[in-house]
Amino acid sequence: MTAVFGVPVAVILGQLMLGLVNGAFYAMLSLGLAVIFGLMGVVNFAHGAFYTLGAFAALFGLHWFGINYWAALVLAPLVVGILGVVVERLFLRHVYKLDPLYGLLLTFGLALVIEGTLREFFGASGQSYPVPAALQGALNLGFMILPIYRAWVIIASVIICTATWFVIERTRLGATLRAATENAPLLQAFGVNVPVLVALTYGGGVALAALAGVLAAPVIIVTPLMGNSLVTVVFAVVVIGGMGSILGSVVSGLALGVIEGFTKVVYPEASNIVVFVIMALVLILRPAGLFGRE
Amino acid sequence: MRASGAFYIFVCLFALCAPLFGIYPIFMMKLLCFAMFACAYNLLLGFSGMLSFGHAAFFGSAAYATAWLVTAHGWGSVPAILAGVAVSAVLGAAIGMLAIRRHGIYFAMVTLALAQLVYFICLEAPFSGGENGLQDVPRGSLFGLVSLKSDVVMYYFVLAVSVAAFLLIRRIVHSPFGQVLKAIRGNEPRALSLGYDINRYKLLAFVLSAALSGLAGSLKALVLGFTTLSDVQQANSGEVILMTLLGGAGTFFGPVIGAAAIVTLQEYLSDIVGGWVTVIIGAVFVACVLAFRRGVVGELAALRLRDWRRRRAGAA
Repeated sequence: MTAVFGVPVAVILGQLMLGLVNGAFYAMLSLGLAVIFGLMGVVNFAHGAFYTLGAFAALFGLHWFGINYWAALVLAPLVVGILGVVVERLFLRHVYKLDPLYGLLLTFGLALVIEGTLREFFGASGQSYPVPAALQGALNLGFMILPIYRAWVIIASVIICTATWFVIERTRLGATLRAATENAPLLQAFGVNVPVLVALTYGGGVALAALAGVLAAPVIIVTPLMGNSLVTVVFAVVVIGGMGSILGSVVSGLALGVIEGFTKVVYPEASNIVVFVIMALVLILRPAGLFGRE
Repeated sequence: MRASGAFYIFVCLFALCAPLFGIYPIFMMKLLCFAMFACAYNLLLGFSGMLSFGHAAFFGSAAYATAWLVTAHGWGSVPAILAGVAVSAVLGAAIGMLAIRRHGIYFAMVTLALAQLVYFICLEAPFSGGENGLQDVPRGSLFGLVSLKSDVVMYYFVLAVSVAAFLLIRRIVHSPFGQVLKAIRGNEPRALSLGYDINRYKLLAFVLSAALSGLAGSLKALVLGFTTLSDVQQANSGEVILMTLLGGAGTFFGPVIGAAAIVTLQEYLSDIVGGWVTVIIGAVFVACVLAFRRGVVGELAALRLRDWRRRRAGAA
């Protein structure tokens, strides 16, 4: 058994692996979207732009200041997170009382500003980020070749998603966050500074996107528009999974990545659109999404 | 009402005389196409309260259909335009049926995702020319009688179609159907409890908006003589939202002003500031949402209303 549908098993497994890596990014991004939406009622269209910023922060930290990959994993999300807090204080806090659609439009505008600025400074052409020395090379598992960096991305994303889940569901901070989602004015009456909590949540959410950006930098070409195409897919993932649950967004993110990878083997022409087709099917069969309620 | 009547007469006169002033007709035609696109979009956002993030799909698919029929099959301009409108209407029915199953932000995300699907189809389909799009689209003639080759003749043709589309949108909004849409926008559960089949109304509004967007796209393809991926791109969907929002969603003439502002910005400013145009458009977006959500025309109308109330209060 070395070939299925005339495609070598190693190739299929390789594509599924790639799909799982993509799925890991979908999961991390839709997780951040879900957290931000849950607390603020804002669909963060700029999520892809912050992801891009994370990758660029790592790239230019390396070129200008010699900051290595491991430090960038901490510093880039920190810088982008602070920027996120600033953005929330300057712009976003004005739209909470309005129709959620305004939050979507506002963050769309912000995404254009961020991506346009990056393109003016760094050009539209792609740049590459070197894979850190410790994660270079590949393991031969016998039935397939496993690049170490890809395995690291999957493990890291599972750790990140689990940690986020743990913080939100099992800690005091998370309990406060969930309380704010439920009834912010009451929480404020109990003496919790809700506006600060909201600003930090937005910062945390976009920091998560930036972290995904740093993780992605060595496996993709870093371009100013790398987040733009991703965010549309992530939106489809969110429609499929529903923004209600963390687990839902992680599972649907990973699953859709794998399905996309599988489509690349079977029918490559459709790999770009398979997620959207699945979204259409879900809308027909379960309009509220797989895990969601409207 | 009288002031706006005079305003419309002035605009019509200006539009009729524009070629005589030496305003570049291609620019005016582009402006008209985008104004029509924005007005069609406004039918959905402003008058039905649905925010679609995927209208480029309708504009672009019609542009592709028209360009392909004219170049590859030698169709005449008018049948090709009608076919383009039909394509976007059918696509609108398909996307609309899926999208109206969800509300608000989910509606926006569904339209965005399905429009991306259309984008990839245009990118990869064998007949759409991939990255290059369809080039050298001839303008043809009106039923073989009047050649549209001259920019001025084409301009008056586009102007006539635009005015007709504008009047049609006005008619739709003022019809009983438009009133029901207004009711749905105001309070959907109540409209439902009054016995209106709201999904049918919403779908019809979506299809009408898609078809008119398609009309704008088909005309644009003939005016400029090419269709490229930028017609179906997400950025195009974003721009039409901005045009509508900037001019004033839910006002009749607002989208025209918004379209004029954005097209002018892109045409003339891009020479000066280059790629910063995207950043400027993003900043205008942010400013619109934060500072004047009613748009230019909406804010003016609100000002006039306040003025009128104050005078009435003074008289009493």
